[in-house]
Amino acid sequence: MNRAENATRGRSGVRGPVATLAVRRLRTVQWTRWVGLTLFGAWLLVALFGPMLAPHPMGAFVSDEIYAGASASFPLGTDYMGRDMLSRVLVGARYTLGLALIAAVLSSLVGAGFGMLAVLTPRWLEETIRRVFDTLISIPSKMMALVMVSAFGSSIPLLILAAVLGYAPGAFRIAHSLAANLSTLEYVQVARTRGEGRLYIAIVEILPNMLQSVLTDMGMRFVFIVLLLSGMSFLGLGVQPPAADLGSLVRENIGGLSEGALAVIAPAVAIGMLTIGANLLIDSLSSSREAQKE
Amino acid sequence: MRHTLAVLVLSRLASSLVTLFLVSLVIFAITALLPGDTAQQILGQFATPEQVAALRVQLGLDHPALIRYWHWLSGFVTGDLGQSASNGVPVAQLLAARLPNSLILAAVTTAISVPLALVMGMVAAMRRGGTTDRVLNLVTLSMVALPEFLVATLAVLLFAVKLGWLPALSYVANVESFTDFLKIYTMPVLTLCFVLVAQMARMTRAALIDQLDSAYVEMARLKGVPPMRRVLRHALPNAVGPIANAVALSLSYLIGGVIIVETIFNYPGIAGLMVDAVSNRDLALVQACAMLFCGAYLLLVMLADLCAILSNPRLRNR
Repeated sequence: MNRAENATRGRSGVRGPVATLAVRRLRTVQWTRWVGLTLFGAWLLVALFGPMLAPHPMGAFVSDEIYAGASASFPLGTDYMGRDMLSRVLVGARYTLGLALIAAVLSSLVGAGFGMLAVLTPRWLEETIRRVFDTLISIPSKMMALVMVSAFGSSIPLLILAAVLGYAPGAFRIAHSLAANLSTLEYVQVARTRGEGRLYIAIVEILPNMLQSVLTDMGMRFVFIVLLLSGMSFLGLGVQPPAADLGSLVRENIGGLSEGALAVIAPAVAIGMLTIGANLLIDSLSSSREAQKE
Repeated sequence: MRHTLAVLVLSRLASSLVTLFLVSLVIFAITALLPGDTAQQILGQFATPEQVAALRVQLGLDHPALIRYWHWLSGFVTGDLGQSASNGVPVAQLLAARLPNSLILAAVTTAISVPLALVMGMVAAMRRGGTTDRVLNLVTLSMVALPEFLVATLAVLLFAVKLGWLPALSYVANVESFTDFLKIYTMPVLTLCFVLVAQMARMTRAALIDQLDSAYVEMARLKGVPPMRRVLRHALPNAVGPIANAVALSLSYLIGGVIIVETIFNYPGIAGLMVDAVSNRDLALVQACAMLFCGAYLLLVMLADLCAILSNPRLRNR
């Protein structure tokens, strides 16, 4: 998914009644930031503390009734085997967020690392690195994940690796163009002339100036990876039982869809809340930064 | 000069072919570096070592990886995609049976989502900063973040369970009337359009705003050209290239989205076939499907680039 728009948005000079437009936009930005922060923050807390708060063990059969609706003892109902859905969602969120956070951080580290490396190394090495990432970016991330699972079977390290292979190339592309622009600036030239080493230039001169963009990009990658991994789990090719992320929870309870069971709706809506929250938060942060620059 | 343009287009075509070749290398490398053995997998765990060894020779697995890659690639070029391990049917035959279904689904989705997204993007760009724009921004921003299976589940819940208008599953076999068509395609197409429209509308808005910010539109505004005319007569013709680029790029999303949608609605297309192949670890079929999808993806990205090249007047009119 291409969000090139975020880059052009806001930078385009506002004409007409400048003040009112800017104020109105700032107001939208502020409340979307709060909504985003609340949704994302809530799920982050659930991922951290959820398993401790779960009223029942994740695998315990606590009810005779399957696909039960919400009740005082089971706020999110029960699943297809009569297990408590609230407990399963609380534990599942940790898998969804944890895996995606690890994979997003690794993707950005790999992308930004190689992006800076490519700028500072000899031409032939830069070309090679670029060619490799260009090839990887031509394989849609879901294809990459499916091909890897078909060859090696699904496991948690493999899912993280597949997500990194799928999303590091995009991070590389952005980091590389940022680093290439920065490396032509005067203060980097000065550092070069001063005789600083490549590592110094990368860490002290270039990295701090691209950090904000890299972090915004990492946030977007996090959303994509949540969607990728829960999609894989939904297909039964992601997190394997007895462990379950939110995508697996949707899959295993899909039989209850025809009766409109809460067990299938709750985890699906949970993922939506998480990704929409993260998306609103990232968008409001990046557009208010653009507005400040104007 | 037309010459420069031809060179640009040809070099873009050539670079796509090189990328496709490299992609085939990656796909083969991942699937051929198997810890287990295809022969072992086909025969199951009760096969004797002699049987496995014989099948290995028969399948050519005793050759070095490079030679196997060569056989695989040349088979691909000549249309011999190998045998499906799980049911012994040639892969090409399986694909040929399913491909039309996937293409129909993609075509219907495109036909509905493109006009809708263009209108949404144009309205947002014209009302930039206004309430409509801000609402559309929030709505599309939320839509692109939703997983397909959430949209699909909610659609089933609404149309099949609550309202009872549509069956929950797709059966393509019995399309006899327009109502059948609606019954089968409404929910898969709706789900695919949901994310696609949002993304395309956002990119269209950005492309159009880019033009609206340029000096000649400013000039038209100062001359007193009314807003509608400014957008339709001045900005839009120049934004066609960037918008076509955005449309092609967005359509490449279909390749990921269709995998979930075909599975959840039991739609008999290529993506459903591939998911089954991955579950059964039917590698020949996975390789062929992956190459097909990556090829389609590269084609769309290339089309997007070509739109950008061809619509650049500096290149077109020289």
